[in-house]
Amino acid sequence: MSNTIETFNLTKQFNGLMAVDKLNIAVEQGEVFGLLGPNGAGKTTTISMLCTILNPTSGTAKVNGYDIVKQANMVRKSIGIVFQDPSVDDRLTGRENLYMHADLYGVPTSEQKTRVDNVLKLVELEARADDILRTYSSGMRRRLEIARGLIHYPKVLFLDEPTIGLDPQTREHIWTYIQELKKAHDITIVLTTHYMEEADKLADRVGIIDYGKIVALDTPVKLKETLEGDVITIKTKDAQKLSETLDKEMNLQAARIMDGNLELTAPKGKSLLPKIVDAATRNNITVDAVSVREPSLEDVFLYYTGREIRVEGGSELHGMSAVQRRAIK
Amino acid sequence: MTEMRGLYTLWLREVKRYLRDRVRIVSSFFQPVLWLVIFGTGIRFSGTIGNVTYQEYIFPGIMGQTLLFTSMFMGISVIWDREFGFLKEILVAPISRVSIFLGKMFGDSTDALIQGVIVFALGFLLGIPLNVVMFLEILPIMLLTTFGLVSIGLTIASFIENLESFGAIQSFVNLPLFFLSGALFPVSGSSVPSWLQTASNFNPLTYGVDALRTIILGGSWQPGPLYPLYFDLLVICVFDVVMIIVGTLAFNRKK
Repeated sequence: MSNTIETFNLTKQFNGLMAVDKLNIAVEQGEVFGLLGPNGAGKTTTISMLCTILNPTSGTAKVNGYDIVKQANMVRKSIGIVFQDPSVDDRLTGRENLYMHADLYGVPTSEQKTRVDNVLKLVELEARADDILRTYSSGMRRRLEIARGLIHYPKVLFLDEPTIGLDPQTREHIWTYIQELKKAHDITIVLTTHYMEEADKLADRVGIIDYGKIVALDTPVKLKETLEGDVITIKTKDAQKLSETLDKEMNLQAARIMDGNLELTAPKGKSLLPKIVDAATRNNITVDAVSVREPSLEDVFLYYTGREIRVEGGSELHGMSAVQRRAIK
Repeated sequence: MTEMRGLYTLWLREVKRYLRDRVRIVSSFFQPVLWLVIFGTGIRFSGTIGNVTYQEYIFPGIMGQTLLFTSMFMGISVIWDREFGFLKEILVAPISRVSIFLGKMFGDSTDALIQGVIVFALGFLLGIPLNVVMFLEILPIMLLTTFGLVSIGLTIASFIENLESFGAIQSFVNLPLFFLSGALFPVSGSSVPSWLQTASNFNPLTYGVDALRTIILGGSWQPGPLYPLYFDLLVICVFDVVMIIVGTLAFNRKK
């Protein structure tokens, strides 16, 4: 399989702040590639460079065979983007927005009507197509943006946090569109998200990005396998003491302690449970509840970054994110 | 072909947005009325300028002011596009950066032109001697004047990061250009201090207002225009070309 996207030490700094740090990834033709990371990890900056909105500080990338710096216009012709923040004109109608996009991307006038009608049908906005966008809900706008990204039959579709801030129902809806798209057209999709569930459900391969670097990259299944085992959660008032006990007596290291819950990963988690409870009882630690589950991408993320993914990043992440946003505008 | 299509669609967007904004059209109608009816009427009793009434004298100036304020506002409004994200959609489109700039500029200029036509009609209603030939003659002058002014607005918007700076444009750009353009009083003659004359010479709007005045007040007007019409138009055209180049470069800066 050939690579539709390839980055070569792609780097972006904002006033000395490293947003993307010598990134090297390759996205294969026809796959859905997920970039997973917290706010400020460098996802949007990476996408912005691949979409030719930002110039890299150093390094470069090829999209559909074209260099993002030297052949920006050819790159622009090859891609469709659904931005994280709205980018539609709210004074125009849905249909007008779509026609404008078709014009900007040189879609032949004879084909415009068919294509606009088709994408409107795809995102189920036919009934509202002639209303001014101001009257749309955020979910509807999002769907319109996805529709717009498809009008010019892009080779690569970038979806930057496609379902951020949407209700669960609309999110499911959009996931279905994306899956259908991939089936129906031979397009490569690059998706950024900080929803584990989204990456797990949609992506063929996931790259975990943190502080501008890829820390792990594989299929969701394989990433989860790297954790070797199940996630055991123990609810107790003496989490710290239990953690020490388990470490000493059973050689089990806690992955983390949070809100009085002790979490650890171990193979054959179910058969370990009685032993853990025994060890706790011997040491006079009361166990309130225990559970075992298969690892999620969230656990994988935690494993690789040592941090939990959060919708709102810490202050330092927030700062980075703010820098990015300004620069992209 | 693709370029023309892209340019056209960007032009169309600006015009559609403008025509849908009724409040703005009505409010922009209101300011010239204040100037012409209240200010113009008030001052006319203190004298005439040459052989025309003060109201007649400032009418071309108020048209120039309308073109200035509208052009500047439209140009600066790119900040909104940036703030609300729409600019990104344009910037990732596969059309040349020059087409993006020109599409926007022509669109904004068209809006400013419509505004100028409204003021012209207003002048007619107020009894200022105007006719159809004049109307046809001032159309291209108005359009040429707006190109450069819109480009100033787009250039400024490229360097402004936030909406808060918007108000400062009125004080630091619009009013100085307006006051130094000869819109409200003559900027030449022995009684005018030389600093004022020099400053107005560097003001592009001076030439726009002078050209409009040449047409509207006609040949019988004394003491007559600052410069011959061809000279006004030459300066305006040179200014347009320079501003379009500067604007395109500024507008398409990439970080």
